[in-house]
Amino acid sequence: MNKIAIIGAGPAGIEAAATLAAQQIEVDLYEQGERPLCNIRDKAFLFPNFAEAREVADRLTAKLDNPRIHLHANSDVDHLTESGDGRWIVNGETYDRVLITTGYRTFDAHRKEELGYGIYRGVHTSLEMEQMLREGKIVNANGDVPQRIAFLQCVGSRDEKTGNLYCSKLCCVTAVKQAIEVRKLIPDAEIFIFYMDLRMWGQHYEELYRQAQQEYGIRFVRGRISEAGGTYDGRVQIKSEDTLMGLPLKITTDLLVLMVGMEPSEGTRKLAEQCRICGDYGFAASADPHLDDNRTTHRGLYVAGACKRPMTLTDAVNDGRSAAVCLMGE
Amino acid sequence: MFSFFVIPFCLGVVLLLGISVWKYIRWIRGFDKRQQVIIRRNIWSWRFLPAIWEAFREGLLHWRITKHHLLLGYMHRSLAFGWFLLIVVGAVQAILACPGGHPFYVAIFFNFFEPRSERIVHFAQAPFYANLMDALLIYVLSGLCLAAFKRVWSRPLGMRQTTHHNLIDRIAKLSLWCIFPLRLLAEGATAAIYGNGGFLVTGVGALMAAMGLDNEIFEYHLWVLYSLALGTFFTLMPFTRYMHIFTEIFLIYFRQLGLRETVRKDGYTLFELSACSRCGICIDGCPIHDPLGIHDTQGVYMLQNIRNKDVWKQAERIADNCLVCGRCSTECPVQIDLEGIRRQVRAKGKEAIDKSQSYGYLKSVHPFNAMGRIGYFGGCMSHLTPSITESMERIFRAAGQDYWYMDKERTICCGRPLLQQGFVRQAEELRRRNSELIAQSGVTMLVTSCPICYQSFTKEYHLAIPVMHHSEYIAQLLKEGRLQVTPSEQRIAYHDPCELGRGCGIYEAPRTVLQAVGELQHTRQEREQSLCCGINLGDTVISGTQQAQVRDRAYENLVEGQPDTIATACPMCKKALARGGDTPVRDIAELVAEKMK
Repeated sequence: MNKIAIIGAGPAGIEAAATLAAQQIEVDLYEQGERPLCNIRDKAFLFPNFAEAREVADRLTAKLDNPRIHLHANSDVDHLTESGDGRWIVNGETYDRVLITTGYRTFDAHRKEELGYGIYRGVHTSLEMEQMLREGKIVNANGDVPQRIAFLQCVGSRDEKTGNLYCSKLCCVTAVKQAIEVRKLIPDAEIFIFYMDLRMWGQHYEELYRQAQQEYGIRFVRGRISEAGGTYDGRVQIKSEDTLMGLPLKITTDLLVLMVGMEPSEGTRKLAEQCRICGDYGFAASADPHLDDNRTTHRGLYVAGACKRPMTLTDAVNDGRSAAVCLMGE
Repeated sequence: MFSFFVIPFCLGVVLLLGISVWKYIRWIRGFDKRQQVIIRRNIWSWRFLPAIWEAFREGLLHWRITKHHLLLGYMHRSLAFGWFLLIVVGAVQAILACPGGHPFYVAIFFNFFEPRSERIVHFAQAPFYANLMDALLIYVLSGLCLAAFKRVWSRPLGMRQTTHHNLIDRIAKLSLWCIFPLRLLAEGATAAIYGNGGFLVTGVGALMAAMGLDNEIFEYHLWVLYSLALGTFFTLMPFTRYMHIFTEIFLIYFRQLGLRETVRKDGYTLFELSACSRCGICIDGCPIHDPLGIHDTQGVYMLQNIRNKDVWKQAERIADNCLVCGRCSTECPVQIDLEGIRRQVRAKGKEAIDKSQSYGYLKSVHPFNAMGRIGYFGGCMSHLTPSITESMERIFRAAGQDYWYMDKERTICCGRPLLQQGFVRQAEELRRRNSELIAQSGVTMLVTSCPICYQSFTKEYHLAIPVMHHSEYIAQLLKEGRLQVTPSEQRIAYHDPCELGRGCGIYEAPRTVLQAVGELQHTRQEREQSLCCGINLGDTVISGTQQAQVRDRAYENLVEGQPDTIATACPMCKKALARGGDTPVRDIAELVAEKMK
């Protein structure tokens, strides 16, 4: 049987490896980090059903318990090159087929300096909020329970100034989910979500959004935040515009949470460039977005998951499985 | 002393003088009222002396072009100064040779009339003059050869691109280029027949004879062609770029009298428009020319379009597509106020001011009693880069300086972005309120973090207190010992912001500060040659992607020496460059605040 390498042990990579192994195919799974699924493990709960992220991650990791899957942790893939006879060389080893599942990273909020991330202690990214939720303890810059929390959507997404014109697709529902979790922890806090428009495209998302308004009293303001400033007591003053009311808005909040978007990970950028399958914004491109979304323009090279575009966990798992089927059929 | 062939020349001279004088009178009458007051006040001063010197230096010697590039300067100088000397020496020669007086054209066609007219006598230095005239002709012809060479390959003359001229300019240029070779041939033919003239024309005459040409037949025709070339050139001159020859002298004089561009197009603007020689030196430096392939909005083309009124509509499109980085104005050898003229075109139709809505908030911004403190004006852009304003506040505190952060809570823009877009009156409203606030607060000095605000406060406001950009202020604190920093070994490349460097001439202060905190690197294009970061508020036409292309140029220049940090002194440049790559970009205030003892 052909030798197969999968680069990146995220949801797509693991699902693809497990699917192939179930068909008695040997797979080498390369992972840059110590453990697989680091992007899932740093979450607290998953939308839309508030499943515990760790529990989901454990169930996914359990799929790697198969003698045909050889996990190479701590192995960064520096070089992925075509050998000339249609085969691929991964870190010196030759493979007949390679699946890239190198995934995404979040947008570096320092790049939107006007939002004060890294400057004011009350400004956090959605990842840091997730960590606080995991620990079950939300505090402001002074270590007190915050009375007012503002979430800002589309940080590094749909933003011409940062060069990312695309929608990251899952920040909308993530903010709604996080706001509900915050409400559960601090029942009397004021919670705002600043948005451009809310894209509740998945199953149960719209219901979650409705619940957030009706049951959890979360206030939605249509408008972007133009700038954040610090106050003497460590809070954050934000300037925005309520575009539905047509009024400028200035409020002081304990916490400002920036919903950072998805960008191609370093590995995705590097490999896409090396293999000349660069898509938009540094993501990897498949051969055809409609009917051939796992093959690439090169024989023996496949892509799956969030290395192609922003994708939810569910989509990434499905895409990994579909890539595995694709690989088997050839 | 007359021959029919002089008629085209004489006609050309009459038309040139007539049209030019008519134009100049019309333009002078079109001066703005305030310009006229300035002229009347200064006309009886000694200012004409420096004007004469500058006119000689720039109109004839082309000193600024020579500083730009030696060979290019030689080319311009040999054509201008050489031809000038030909005329002057020719006139002296004619006066010495004709004790009984002579018609004015004899000086031009001296070699033709010399052997034919008995009123021209042989004087003692005649051979010297004949040889001198020939030497001057060689001088001019050498410039002409360079000019022709430049059309084919301009790089050796320090220009990557040359101006794309319109049809009438090209016809005038052709007639100009014909003048001197035709003169050489005509004088050569006469020399072959009569044996007059200096070393050059005698030689050319002998060569023509040796080639078997019948000089008896050709001679008269050559003089006719020479006269026709002169006549054509003179007639076309007032309608082409060659109008700059005389106009530049007037412009230099008016400038010495104290005239500057006003907010509206007036007579002075017309002088500036015609003083442009379309040399094209402004093209190479333009940050949107090469990277974006925008080839028709540079200074030379903008002026050309305004001068040709029939494409006025296009002039607006052209005027809008410019980053206003000031590079072209710095390079312009005639020092035309390109930014001022661009603003005039942009200001068209923008006088109407909506006071009811947009300016209501101005009154709600209240003054604050800050008697004796210094005022700190961060500026709108610094609000988007809070690390700069935070660092400045830390620096003020470390220096023990009482300050009032005047735009911390409520901001009124300094007005310059509006002004750059041609909203002249609207900007005035903002300046008025800001001036009131500053005066009423009682601050003793104003420090600003944004070079745009700095340029606005120093040039467009009339504040009674000193204004400093934070780079100057920090440099002063360091010099006075009020602030101490720990030096480090980090390599720093400094990006000169357009508004601070070319705009206000501040190049040294930021460098002094940076040398105190790290090792300052040189970059290939710095100071006056610094490249625009691309997101200057001047251009409303180009897209974000195009801005990024402009920025990439500047970024590449900075990271060439692999610095640890890119430093700048402008919040906008900081934002632009930070998006350019992985090298950290810091404002000098941040670098200093970080290294404070």
